[in-house]
Amino acid sequence: MGMDIETGKLKKNAFRVTKERGKTAARVRVPGGRMQADLLEHIQKIADTYGNGTVHLTIRQGFEIPGIPYEKMPEVNRMLEPVLQGIGTKHSTPEGGYDASGTRNIMACAGSSICPYGCYDTTAFARRMEEAIYPNDLHFKVVFTGCHNDCAKVRMADFGIMGMNEPRLDPNRCISCGACVKRCEKKSVGALSVHNFTPVRNEQRCLGCGECVLACPNGAWTRSDKKLYKLTLFGRTGKRNPRLGVDFIKWVDEESIIKIVQNTYDFVHEYIDRDAPGGKEHIGYIVDRVGVHEYLKWALKDVTLNPEAEVYQPLYWTGVTYTDQPGGYHYPKVNMKN
Amino acid sequence: MGYFITVEKLDRVLKALSESYEIYGPKLFVRGGRFTDTDMIRYDKVASWEEMEWSKRSDYSFKEVLLPLRQTLFYFTEDRVKEADPERTKGALIFLRSCDLHAVKRLDAMYLRNGEADYYYSRLRKKVRFVLVGCQSAGESCFCVDMKTNVSEEYDIGLNIREGKLEVDCKWEEASALFDQNCSSKTEVAVDHVTETRTRVKIPENLSSAIAKASMWEEYSRRCIGCGRCNFVCPTCTCFTMQDMYFDENGKTGQRRRVAASCMVDGYTDVAGGGAYRRKKGDRMRFKVMHKVYDFKQREGFHMCVGCGRCDDICPEYISFSHVINRLEEGMKEVCGDE
Repeated sequence: MGMDIETGKLKKNAFRVTKERGKTAARVRVPGGRMQADLLEHIQKIADTYGNGTVHLTIRQGFEIPGIPYEKMPEVNRMLEPVLQGIGTKHSTPEGGYDASGTRNIMACAGSSICPYGCYDTTAFARRMEEAIYPNDLHFKVVFTGCHNDCAKVRMADFGIMGMNEPRLDPNRCISCGACVKRCEKKSVGALSVHNFTPVRNEQRCLGCGECVLACPNGAWTRSDKKLYKLTLFGRTGKRNPRLGVDFIKWVDEESIIKIVQNTYDFVHEYIDRDAPGGKEHIGYIVDRVGVHEYLKWALKDVTLNPEAEVYQPLYWTGVTYTDQPGGYHYPKVNMKN
Repeated sequence: MGYFITVEKLDRVLKALSESYEIYGPKLFVRGGRFTDTDMIRYDKVASWEEMEWSKRSDYSFKEVLLPLRQTLFYFTEDRVKEADPERTKGALIFLRSCDLHAVKRLDAMYLRNGEADYYYSRLRKKVRFVLVGCQSAGESCFCVDMKTNVSEEYDIGLNIREGKLEVDCKWEEASALFDQNCSSKTEVAVDHVTETRTRVKIPENLSSAIAKASMWEEYSRRCIGCGRCNFVCPTCTCFTMQDMYFDENGKTGQRRRVAASCMVDGYTDVAGGGAYRRKKGDRMRFKVMHKVYDFKQREGFHMCVGCGRCDDICPEYISFSHVINRLEEGMKEVCGDE
């Protein structure tokens, strides 16, 4: 008897239709990229018992366990139960595995719990975002990175969150060594200049990366208590028009970011092209089609931005567009309706 | 005379003393550290015992109380000069550990006896009283025992931290009356001190300036980034530089101030004509180390370094000062042979 499986269902359950007839791959997501090490044992057991003994570390901080016969999916889901519980992934059916796979794993760089540059606890924020948006079948990519080094490459995601710490200067601790000015010039955006032997911060240019705080030998620079972020929008990879996400709001708070992402789900529900292949249309392309003004109306609905927040307007994206010109591609200056 | 006293009652004593003394102690600055969500301990005005942080050694020392990092000396307007008011008119009561109390002796040597007494230092040094807080154990990087700074008698008030209460030894009459009134009972008190440290140092007997030729310094040209943290946290580093700052509007008025300087930071040895005596970080390291454990002693009879270990803990490049001291012996062998 031939194999009869509804592929749409298994995909939502976070299994993949693979090249190999009869074999699937189980996908395990680790929101925020951090987990208890002892959970790895379950991954290994699934790979050894049902898979081909290998695990692929996914690009989005997950595990993909290939070589699993389709009929073993229920058993794999049972074995995944402690992993889902251990990681704290919401799921409606005990031992039933994942409820959705559309919204991709929420990624995070090591963040401030490990990295000296991290401006906030990226994993913790990623987990709060997970709580706010998972499970969901819509294709969303949300990525967290600790600072403007952007090791997590948030500018390639729909929503990129970068930590910002507003630096504060206590001039009485400044000994005019120039370390902060040099550091900002060489490693960041050159937002510091010197006046009367004291650094002056160009607030417009400052990224809140914290390099000045790290450089100061005397604790004259410190970080503001309030954790604020930069939110970037609609970067993407893929075939049609890959591009980097652009700055949307600077110095925005956590609550506003979560609300904006949630609002975007409403926007996508309203405007998604239901005839798109597989019913999937990425947010950025929907915004390209509908217009950024309409998007912003939805995104900022009922959002009370914190007083520090600075919204960038207008928003322009560029990126690669493929054409039949020599070379086959070009970088348009603006490809957005604004 | 010694006393048992509760924290509550000690605060009463502090309150009474605060009429004529500012009280300074190590304070925890929450999220005041370099990295996100890290704290910093440094000296500041305090009003009570609980405000002080004794669980760890302060990152920066008490010296900022006597040597403000940035101190205005006078203001000038065309042909007139006005001396800056002192930062503090009251006396000061400074809570510190034994190593730091020994550091006071070094600061005094530099600013009171090294030629003419420094006017601005003297001004802040007057009416300063010290509360020695006993050490029950040494920190990982402390090496006070080898630097002979673990015991101190030069205190006005000595204090031991005990479960639920404090022990006080008071050599200062004005305060004795207050302790008499507020103590739970009287007792004999010897201020706690450590007798051994995990970090040990040995300064070679034959140490001389010949060590400048040793190869060990080259390593520090590679490793040291010249940030000066080791100097700024050091309770015995006393160097400063001058700044004449003109107010923007007319350029004829301004202030002269002195600002802490560091022999590890670029510019320290710059001279007219573009010269600089110690360009290489290794040379700066050699200069600093030798000043701390060699040439200062030639002049004063005791080492400048008090073994507090702050420089070890603050170095972002993990350069350990105590480790450098311990390499000197090998360095001397290299330059002098084995005799």
